[in-house]
This record gives sequence, structure tokens and C-alpha cells, in this order.
Amino acid sequence: MSKSTLKYIGKRLLISLVTLFVILVVLFLIVKLLPGSPINNERLSDAQRAAIEAKYGLDQPILTQFVTYVKNMLTGDFGVSYNMYKDMPVSSLVGSAAKISFLYGLSAVVIGGLLGTLLGIFAALHKNTIWDTLATVISVIGVSVPSFVFAMMILILFASWLHILPTQYSSFSPIVSSIMPVMALSVGVIANVARFTRTEMVSVMNSEYMTLAEAKGLDSKTLIFKHALRNALIPVVTILGPILVNLMTGTMVVEKICGVPGLGKLLINSILSNDVNIILACSFLYAAMYIVMMLIIDVSYGIIDPRIRLGKEDS
Amino acid sequence: MEVNVKDIEFLPDDFEFVGDKQDISIDVVAPAKPAWKEAIDIFMKNKGAVIGLIMIAIIVLLAIFAPMLSSYKYDDLNTALQSISPNMEHWFGTDTLGRDLWVRLWTGARISLFVAVCAVFIDVIVGTTYGMISGYFGGMVDSVMQRIQEIINSIPTLVVLTLLLMVMKSSLTTIVFALSLTEWIGMSRIVRAQVLKVKEEEFVLASRTLGAKSFFIIFKEILPNIYSQMIIMIMMSIPNAIFYEAYLSFVGLGLPAPNASLGTLINDGFESFLVYPYMMLIPAVVLSILMLSFNLFGDGLRDALDPTMKEM
Repeated sequence: MSKSTLKYIGKRLLISLVTLFVILVVLFLIVKLLPGSPINNERLSDAQRAAIEAKYGLDQPILTQFVTYVKNMLTGDFGVSYNMYKDMPVSSLVGSAAKISFLYGLSAVVIGGLLGTLLGIFAALHKNTIWDTLATVISVIGVSVPSFVFAMMILILFASWLHILPTQYSSFSPIVSSIMPVMALSVGVIANVARFTRTEMVSVMNSEYMTLAEAKGLDSKTLIFKHALRNALIPVVTILGPILVNLMTGTMVVEKICGVPGLGKLLINSILSNDVNIILACSFLYAAMYIVMMLIIDVSYGIIDPRIRLGKEDS
Repeated sequence: MEVNVKDIEFLPDDFEFVGDKQDISIDVVAPAKPAWKEAIDIFMKNKGAVIGLIMIAIIVLLAIFAPMLSSYKYDDLNTALQSISPNMEHWFGTDTLGRDLWVRLWTGARISLFVAVCAVFIDVIVGTTYGMISGYFGGMVDSVMQRIQEIINSIPTLVVLTLLLMVMKSSLTTIVFALSLTEWIGMSRIVRAQVLKVKEEEFVLASRTLGAKSFFIIFKEILPNIYSQMIIMIMMSIPNAIFYEAYLSFVGLGLPAPNASLGTLINDGFESFLVYPYMMLIPAVVLSILMLSFNLFGDGLRDALDPTMKEM
């Protein structure tokens, strides 16, 4: 790795850290500014409420609360749940939920990436035929139709009509329960990757080095997989960002439809029941995940394709 | 396998005369056409885009006129007619409270479209101003503005939207505000990149040499040259805004009852969708068609207005 690459990575790392801190401050302020008390219990008298607030340190000035929160956070302590799960540590609640969401997201990316690439290659090789049109139509529909609509269709088809999959998540059979949500999530990934792979593949197939390779008499397998695909796949890294954003919003709604106890469902429920510590931890985790992924994508893009000059202003 | 070029022997029949496929003595010149006519021609050739445009037109017309022409109203409760499947009287059936879904659906589509158009309108104003200032003045101003934008951009949209709607009471204005708060960045990026490109062109230099002020150059010289990029971006942002509005309603942060939007209809239908699938399926399908049409239309528009960006 060259010196400029390291410098670029350092700079990006610094910006990311600053961003994370800014996000934490904003989130903290928003949560503190929420109307009403974080303790949801109408029957409490003022004295009892004050006692509970003192117990959780909510009577301190906001700056002190923030410093305590950050200090605890660095040791992995995100506070306790106030309403939904009485006094349960947020870190374990969020941790178990995040594990499920993350696994689903990862499987969707892997499955979607593989199928999408194959579909893209297929379309590019049959350029301007009925197969190409079909693949394009599939990918345009996949890009445009929101993942929760797919989740619903799959649910109606497999659970309500065919009765082969459970309608709701069950912790006893996590693998069977994961089929529907992962399917719904991967549709968008397949469509995005296929669309992009096709475009790149077509332009690579038209390039001069491919004509040369063909003229040398290479068989089509080597031609496609060894020469064309490698170069066609590099730019696919650039669409990982939008795919990630899609997946994050996707998980939230798909989890609600399929009843998966993931991060999205936890966040929605905590918002609806005003459980501030969970809201804070979930939102922060979402933001942190997004920033880390963006950092990895940006840096890896420069390393995979050295022609991209790092740190250069786009113009 | 080493082959020495000198060893290759060429025979007379190795090459054949292909013939004049094209008569190069005649110079074919396409007839002159104004740019907008050319754009319309390219657009009309794109079947998907035309279908998209037609579908958008149909949905918009239905959203405007269907509720007016029906004898029902979107918030008329009728406990005698709960959860009736689609029939001749109620084309899309009724919901669990006995409200006519045909009227509710098109009222909902109306609100979804309204929210999207308003949000995108604000995006355009904010994003264009930000992008033009940042791109035109450059230097320190640009640096600072870009860093601020980077930080805002790295907060995921869904976190911003969700938190905003927690703090503010959910209403039409709030949703429009929340959507425009997150979506202007894309617009400002496009505008900035275009301004950076256009401001180096000769005609801008010429204008400056003639003594034009920055204000004049920005609005009279640069802006007209980036319209097409902006229109493309607007068409791409609308389905996004429609989606986020539906998403917000679906997670329970949407418009309060009895108002309807496509998202709230889907959310209401979700409550009972294993028993009455039509309550959720119909609005979901309309939402999907609307987003699909805008995407197709946007793609076609991009190919027509900016052939350099054309996908192969």
C-alpha cells in the first residue's frame, strides 16, 4: 500500500470518527428533548417519579448525563431499558437482535450477489435477445418494487396458500423461519447487482482486449470467467452502498411483516413505547454500521482498482 | 507456442474483398433538428419509458378524479359493510371499518403523490442553492460545505426520518419536512458536479470578460445548462420519496387516521392481511406500479436528455 493510500485511509477514518461523535451528540439531544418523561407510568406520583429519575441519573444536568453515557458506552454498557423490558441491560437486548438482522442481511447479500451476477452475465451474453429483455424486466421490477411488498407476496404464497413455511418467526426453527425474510431481502440485491453486472459486462465484452483474447482462440469459458468477469465485477463495489441502504430499510419492514425479533423491530417497538435507551442504542448502531460499511467500501474500491486516484476531489 | 511472424506465408486467397458496404462518395447528413425534438424522438422510441409515462398519467388522473366521482367518501364509516371483498358496488371492497377502499386508495395515492412532489420541490430549491454556491465559489467555501454535507450524508436516512417523526407530531407538513431534510443532498451533489464542469466553459469566461456579475453568471449562464440533469434527478427522487413515505407509515409513524396514504393503507391492510389479502395487496400493487413507472420514465428521460449517460 502506498503512502497516499494510507494517508487517505487515515483521513477517512478521522472523518468517520468525528461523524460518529456528532451523530451521538445529536441522537442524545433528540432523545432528551422528547416530549414527556422517559418513564411511562401514569399511576406514579410526582415523588415516586422523581425517585425513579434519580435512580437512573435522569435528574442530572444534560452534559453530565452525556459524559456518563459516553463513559459507560466505551465499556460496552448502554444503560438499561426503562419500559419495555424492565431494567434489562440494553447491550444484551440490542446484541441479540442485531445478530439476527446482521445474519439476514449478510445472507441476502451473499445469495443476492451470486444470483445477481449470474443473471447479469446471462443477460449480457444474450444481449438484445428475448432473454436479455426478460432479465432486464426482472431487474427493473426488482429495483422498483419495495422489499416489503415482496415479503408480503412471499408470505401469502408460501404461508397462506401453500402452507409450507411458517407465517411468523419461531425461535425453535430459526433456519426455516429465515427463508422468507432472506428471500424478500435478496430480491432487491439480485436486481441491483444483475442490472449493474450486465452493463459492465457488455462494455467489457466490447473492449479491445476481449477481441484479442477471442482472436487468440480462447474458449468461451476462460473468456468470460477469467478475462471479462474480473474487470466487470470491480465497479459492482460502487453499488454496495445503495444496496446496503436498501437492506437497512428493508430489514426494518420485512422484520415487521415476518415477525422477526431483529434490530428493526426492536427500534420500532422502542419508539412506540418511548424506551429512550433502546432507541439511542439502536439508532447509533444503525448509523455506526452504515458509516463503517461506507468506509470499507470506499477504501476497498481504491485498493481493488488502483486507477481510482484516492483522495482526489470529484470533478 | 512460439510463432515467428516471418514464417507465416500469406496465400492469395487468405483475404477476400468485402466490397463497398457503404458508398463513401455520398455524405449522409442527418436533417437538422432542435435538441428538444431530438430528445422527444429518443424518448418515444423507448417503450418502457412511454409505458411508464402513460401509467403515471393514469394514476395521477385517477388520484385526482376518482374520489370526486364516487358517491362514497374516504372517511365514511359504515359498520354494516365491514370487510367486504371487491364487488360491483365497492370495486376494491371495504376495509375493517366499512370504508370504501376504491375511494380511500385514490385519496391515498393523491396524498402520497402530493407528499412526494412537495418534498422533491423543496429538495430542488435547497439542493440547487447549496450545490451552486459550493460549486461556483469553490475553494474554502466549497471545502467547508462539502465536509458538512459529508457528515449529514453519513447519517442513514432511516435513522433521521424515524427520529424526526418521534420528536415532531406526525402530520403532512412533518412528513414533507422530514423527507426534504434527507433527500436534498443527492440534488446538491449533482448540481455541484455540473456547475464545476460548466463554469470552466468558454461561454462563461466570455460572459465574465464582458463584465457579468456572479449572480448573472449563475442564473443566466450556468443554470440553463444544468436543467436536464436536474430534471433527471427530480424524476429519480420522486419514487424515493414515495417509498420513504410508505415506509414511515408502515412502521407506524405516518399520517394519523382517518387520513389515508398508500403507506397507511398498506399498514392498515397488514393488520388483517392473512384473512383479507386484498386490503393490503391492492395498495401495495398500486405503490409498486407507481414506483416502477417513475423509474422507467426517469430512465427514459435520462437517455433522452443526456445521451452521454446512456447505459449500454
